[in-house]
Amino acid sequence: MAPSAPQEPGLSAVPSYEEEQSQARFDALIDRDARVEPRDWMPEPYRKTLTRQVSQHAHSEIIGMQPEANWITRAPSLKRKSILMAKVQDEAGHGLYLYSAAETLGTSRDELNDQLLTGRAKYSSIFNYPARSWADMGAIGWLVDGAAIANQVPLCRASYGPYGRAMVRICKEESFHQRQGFEILLALSRGTEAQKKMAQDAINRFYEPSLMMFGPPDDQSPNSQQSMAWNIKRFSNDELRQRFVGMIAEQVKVLGMTLPDPELHYDEVKKQWIHKDLNWDEFMNVIKGNGPANSQRLERRREAHREGAWVREAATAYAAKQAQSEVA
Amino acid sequence: MKHEELDAALDSFGDALASATRVTPGNALRPEDIAVDGVAPSDEVAQYALTLGDDSLILAQRLAHWISRAPELEEDVALGNIALDILGHARSFLTYAGLAWDKSEDDLAYWREEEEFTSLWIVEQPNGHFGVTIMRQLIVSIFQHLLYQKLVSSADETLAAIAAKAVKEVDYHRDHAIQWTIRLGQGTEESAEKMRHALDILWPYVDEMFRDEAVHQRLEGIAVLPSTLRDAWQEEITAVLTDAGLQIPSTGQAMVYGRRGEHSEHLGYVLAEMQVLARKHPGASW
Amino acid sequence: MSQQNNWPLWEVFVRSSRGLSHVHAGSLHAPDAQMAVRNARDLYTRRNEGVSLWVVKSSDIISSDPDEKDSFFESPQGKDYRHATYYKASEGVKHL
Repeated sequence: MAPSAPQEPGLSAVPSYEEEQSQARFDALIDRDARVEPRDWMPEPYRKTLTRQVSQHAHSEIIGMQPEANWITRAPSLKRKSILMAKVQDEAGHGLYLYSAAETLGTSRDELNDQLLTGRAKYSSIFNYPARSWADMGAIGWLVDGAAIANQVPLCRASYGPYGRAMVRICKEESFHQRQGFEILLALSRGTEAQKKMAQDAINRFYEPSLMMFGPPDDQSPNSQQSMAWNIKRFSNDELRQRFVGMIAEQVKVLGMTLPDPELHYDEVKKQWIHKDLNWDEFMNVIKGNGPANSQRLERRREAHREGAWVREAATAYAAKQAQSEVA
Repeated sequence: MKHEELDAALDSFGDALASATRVTPGNALRPEDIAVDGVAPSDEVAQYALTLGDDSLILAQRLAHWISRAPELEEDVALGNIALDILGHARSFLTYAGLAWDKSEDDLAYWREEEEFTSLWIVEQPNGHFGVTIMRQLIVSIFQHLLYQKLVSSADETLAAIAAKAVKEVDYHRDHAIQWTIRLGQGTEESAEKMRHALDILWPYVDEMFRDEAVHQRLEGIAVLPSTLRDAWQEEITAVLTDAGLQIPSTGQAMVYGRRGEHSEHLGYVLAEMQVLARKHPGASW
Repeated sequence: MSQQNNWPLWEVFVRSSRGLSHVHAGSLHAPDAQMAVRNARDLYTRRNEGVSLWVVKSSDIISSDPDEKDSFFESPQGKDYRHATYYKASEGVKHL
C-alpha cells in the first residue's frame, strides 16, 4: 500500500536473469487473471501506462467538477441544489480515490498535480465544453456520466489492484449520478416549451462528445491492444461505444427527445449500431488544448492552487511546530 | 449488463472491500418528511423557523462557492459536506415555515424579495480568502451549536426534531473551524496576519446574532432567546482564539438589523445569483 | 511552478460496523494526524460506510518484501493437517 519507488529501467538491452524471473512471475499473474499489487515487480511500460491512465482519470474527475459547480449556486430548486452539490463533491472524492491509486505506482500527488497545472497531463476532453444551461446538468449526468460508467464498470476488474478497488468504490457511488441527470432531463421534458427546448439543446451538444469519450475507433487506437493484453482494459473502445449508444437510443425515447443523429440505427446484419461519423478532428483539437474552455478550466485549478498555498504552508508549519514540541 | 459486471467485479474482491464500501442512506429527519407529515406551525413559529432557515440558506449558498476552489482537494470535500449539511438545515426549517403559509421551501427561497429575507449579516459576508471563510464558520458554528443544543428542548416538536439532527452536524462544523483556526493562527506569520484581518472585518457582526427580537420574546419555551447564548459563546470562542494565538479585536459593533429585512449590500447579489434561473421560468417544475 | 505541498500521505482503515475489523479503504493527504482523521471521515464515510476510522502515516507501515514472496509464504503450503478438512476418518461423526 505504501508507494514504492519506480523501478529503474534496465541499463542494458539484455534482461538479467532476475528480470526474466520477475517478468515471468508478472506474466503468470496476468495469465491467470490475478491482481498486481503495488509492491510487486511490474514491467516499466505497465507502470507508465497505468500511471498515465489512472492520473488522467483522476484529473478528469477534478476538472469535471467545474462545469457542474458552475450551476450549484443557480440550481432552480433546493433539492436540485443539494443533489448537485453532493455530486460535485463526490467527484472531488473520486479524484482523490484515483490519485491515491496512482500514488501507489510511485508518483506523488504533487507531481501529478504539477503535470496537470502545467498542461503536460491530459484529461477527458468533454469537460472543455462550457455548461451553458441548467439542462446541461441533465445531459452531463445522463450522457457524460453514462459513458463514464460504461467505461468504468469493466475497469473494476483491471489487473492493477488499487485501480480496480478505486473503481469499485467509484462505480458504487456513481450509480446515482446518471440517474439524477436523467431525471433532470425528464423533468424538463415534461415542462414548459422553454424547458423542453433547453433539454433538447443540451442533448444535441453533448451527444457527440459523449460518444467520443470512449476514445478513437479501434483501428486507430494502438495502445488499446497492449492495455487489453495486460487486463487493464477488458473491452475495446468500439465495443463500449456500441453498448452505450444502444442504451441511450432506447433511453432517449423515455424522454420524448431525439438524439442528433439521423443515421443512428441498428444494423441487423452486422449486428451493430451504426451512428454518424464522429468529428475526430475536433476531438484531437480539444485534446491539444483548443477547446472552448481549456484555458478557463486549467486556470481555475491554478488559481485554487495558488490561492491555497498559504493555507497549505501554514498547516505544514503548524504540524512541524507540534512535532517539535512533542520531541522537546 | 452494468450491474452484473459490477457484481462480478465485487465478487472478485471478496467481503473485505464490500464491507469498506457498504453504503446505506441512514435514517434522519428529511425536509421531504416534514413536507408530507409535518403539522403546520402557527404564523409566529413559522416566522421564527424562517429566521433559522434564512441564516442556513445564505450560509450554504456562500459555502457552496468553495467547491472546486478549496486550498486542497481534501478540503473541497470537507467544505462540501458542511455546505450540504447546512443546506439540509435550511430546507427543513423553510419547509416547516412554509406549511404555515401553504408555501414550499422553493417558494420561500426563490420568490421572496430581499427585504423579506431575515438572515443575519454575518452569514451574508463574502467568502474572502480561506481564512475569512473559516473565521465566519467559527463564529457562526459555535453560535448555531449552542442554539441547536437548546432548541432540542423546544416545546415545538418539529423544531426540536430538526435541531436534534442539526446539532450533531454543527458540532462537526465547529470542530472543523476550530482545527483550522488553530492551524492558521499558529501556522506562519502570513497566516496569522490573515486570521487577524478576518477577525477584524467579521467581528462587527457578532452582536447581531445575540439580539432578542419580538419573535423570540413572544415564543417562550419554543424559540431560543439569542441573548442567553452570549456568555457561553464568548467563553468558547475566546478559548479557541487563545489557542490560536489570536485576540478578540477591539472593533466596535455594527448597527445592523438583518432579522428585520435590512440587509448588507452583499445579499442582493447572493439572491440575484440564486434566484435567476427559477425566476426566468415562473411556474416551472424542475 | 507549484508550491510544494508536503502534506504527508496517510492510509485510511474503516470499520463498517461493530464486530467487523477495520479494512483498508484508501489514502489521503493531510498536514497532521488530527486533520487526517477528519479528512478520512469526510472522504471515506460520506454514505454511512463506517463507525470507526484509523489513519496511519503511509511511511510508518512496514510490509513484507514482495521479492521474498516465495520463501516468506511457502511454509504453510502443504501443511494441510492444519485444516479440519484433512481429517477424513472422522467424517460423519456428529458434532466433531
